[in-house]
Amino acid sequence: MERSLMKGNEALAEAAMRAGCKCFFGYPITPQTEISAYLAKKMASAGGLFLQAESEVAAINMVLGAASTGTRVMTSSSSPGISLKSEGISYIAGSDLPCVIINVQRGGPGLGGIQPSQADYWQATKGLGHGDFHVLVFAPASVQEMVDMVVRAFDKADEYRMPAMILADGLLGQMMEPVTFPEIKDNAPEKPWATNGHKNKREHNIINSLYLKPDVLENSVVERFERYKKIEETETDAECYLCDDADIVVCAFGATARVAKSAVNHAREKGIKAGLFRPKTLWPFPVKEINEASKNAKVLLSVEMSMGQMVDDIKLAINCSKPVEFYGRTGGVIPKPTEILAEIEKLGGVK
Amino acid sequence: MNYEIVLAGFGGQGILFAGKVLAYAGLLDGKEVSWLPSYGPEMRGGTANCSVCVSDEPIGSPLILDPQVLVAMNTPSFEKFINSVKPGGKVFVDSSMVDVKTDRTDIDVYYVPATQLATDNNMNGMANIILLGKLIKETEMFTLEQMEAGIRKTVPARKADLIDVNINAVKLGMAQ
Amino acid sequence: MAVVFERPHALCDVPLHYCPGCTHGIIHRLVCEVIDEMGIEGDTIGICPVGCSVMAYDYFNCDMIEAPHGRAPAVATGVKRAKPDSFVFTYQGDGDLAAIGTAETVHAATRGENIVVIFVNNTTYGMTGGQMAPTTLPGQITQTTPYGRDPKIQGYPVRVCEMLSTLSGTALAQRVSVDSVPHIREAKKAIRKAFENQKEKRGFSIVEVLSTCPTNWGLSPIEALDRLREEMIPYYPLGVYKDITAKEGE
Repeated sequence: MERSLMKGNEALAEAAMRAGCKCFFGYPITPQTEISAYLAKKMASAGGLFLQAESEVAAINMVLGAASTGTRVMTSSSSPGISLKSEGISYIAGSDLPCVIINVQRGGPGLGGIQPSQADYWQATKGLGHGDFHVLVFAPASVQEMVDMVVRAFDKADEYRMPAMILADGLLGQMMEPVTFPEIKDNAPEKPWATNGHKNKREHNIINSLYLKPDVLENSVVERFERYKKIEETETDAECYLCDDADIVVCAFGATARVAKSAVNHAREKGIKAGLFRPKTLWPFPVKEINEASKNAKVLLSVEMSMGQMVDDIKLAINCSKPVEFYGRTGGVIPKPTEILAEIEKLGGVK
Repeated sequence: MNYEIVLAGFGGQGILFAGKVLAYAGLLDGKEVSWLPSYGPEMRGGTANCSVCVSDEPIGSPLILDPQVLVAMNTPSFEKFINSVKPGGKVFVDSSMVDVKTDRTDIDVYYVPATQLATDNNMNGMANIILLGKLIKETEMFTLEQMEAGIRKTVPARKADLIDVNINAVKLGMAQ
Repeated sequence: MAVVFERPHALCDVPLHYCPGCTHGIIHRLVCEVIDEMGIEGDTIGICPVGCSVMAYDYFNCDMIEAPHGRAPAVATGVKRAKPDSFVFTYQGDGDLAAIGTAETVHAATRGENIVVIFVNNTTYGMTGGQMAPTTLPGQITQTTPYGRDPKIQGYPVRVCEMLSTLSGTALAQRVSVDSVPHIREAKKAIRKAFENQKEKRGFSIVEVLSTCPTNWGLSPIEALDRLREEMIPYYPLGVYKDITAKEGE
């Protein structure tokens, strides 16, 4: 299979098209704009639609409309834009609609900066809008995973009738790496619930998130959470690297995990038994996997491009059975391998 | 093979393009590669740099903080990165554009008047590729044939007429 | 016995939740009659707003989607772009369309989105209990303008059809009323024209329907219709503000 060199943003866009994404609605924001530019160029000739909306708010609601018709649809933004989309995401989740949302994260809060960040972890995994709901959150760490995970995101979004997010960052979006496009199929299932015109052959379908009777709303949320439970049991994914005998398990996702892996290798060269645990799904968090990966560990170290957000989930996942330390850089600063190594050495008792 | 390279200069000097040529040459050679640009508000005339990794092993951090190889095409870039180069590293400087030198003795610095050479040889805009020619000669990172392959892959189809002049620029750089 | 009047098929056989004397019911019926007459129920997708007509998805027999507040034109854009051969309409009130959803409205119009917008203007936020709307008249007393809307403080009402008629993407901008039988007939013709425009892919069609809110105006249904005639129509004159099918000089 031919390896080509592509930017993460462009590879993701190409993979989305191959996965059967027929509509894309976006609004420009650094550092994800290549996704829009790529699709603007390619979508129409592939029989799809690219439309630049008047705002992120409009874009996510166009997604709601297209998803309602049963069409595979995607939108993309970066941190401040995702905040604007959160209203629509809540409605989409409450309406049980599948779609794919890309967040190529940049530093925040506010307008923040435009360099890579992971400070939207909480937002993505816990607070992507009002109300009781989750979205599937995938965390790629390479351009190849930008491809593989966007395909998976479309399939899982359809399977569970819920939004799926790719939580990338500016580094993954902007970098070029070799990538291959495996045989990608549009696996979209039949969607008998879609509002695509009843053709006088069925009762009218309604896409809706309003339930004025509390017991009816409760039932709809409870039903959704039963689906979430199944997802938590079956859809977690993680990479474990040198964890079996590790005294120190470094936990990191996305671009940070690449830097952390370099640091783990350096630590091994120095005789420190370090390993890397990398969640590939952030919601659901790979609870079983992290317990397995850290079973022989004395300490865990969460490394993030934030002030420490995933670290809470790690503590919950292992039920605070071991110390969980944190090292992070924020505001767009990427941690250096040497900085992480120094933290590992501290924990490994090296002065 | 494990090269960590930073290329830096003004926007418009072909910094990102030169980085892509190296990455593509590595890709076609079956190596693991990564290319990471600086990105920001300065689209033209500002500073531009990129990190390129070419390795036999999977690439960890694609962001290079202490390169083994530096290509510096203007004075601000030279001053910004020269002290970050690893001891034993190699630095390729467009001396037509950089009017300072380093005191460091633990690195090899090659001063090539690339912009002047480009002008003299009717290769305007090819200073970046001339420096790459010098780079592969001194590092033995790639052969001329591998560079040719990288150039053919990197030059967009609508500029295919520029492939030959790019290859000639590599040769000119190798002759320095 | 011959049936001379019945519920349109596109209107569901369920009780509507609207207050006595509210004209939403008439407007729903007009839209449904047009859908029936054009035979397009099976290809029509309606978008409800947030406001009094938030539950209109239970009243229209075609496929229905409930949009976030103000976002119906964006949702409609998504539907229409994904399914260009369907008929798509939004049904929105004044707060939804002309305050929180102004950007979505203006941009759907300027893109020439090939959709129908039914804009029900009753100069108040009915669902939340009668607060000032973007179309509340100067001097009008509401919950949030207890001393009357003062343009020096709250600014002026938005005249939507006039505004949208300046945009190239707008095919039809027409203001109608449902206060009398002749006006109701006129309103239906306008709605029909809007759907025909969509069929012929002419672009964005908006029909603004002046409507009443007896409950929040504190008037009887009859008095409310009088107010519509005496206060609203002078401020919001009825008529065609733009019609790209009209011949020159007409």
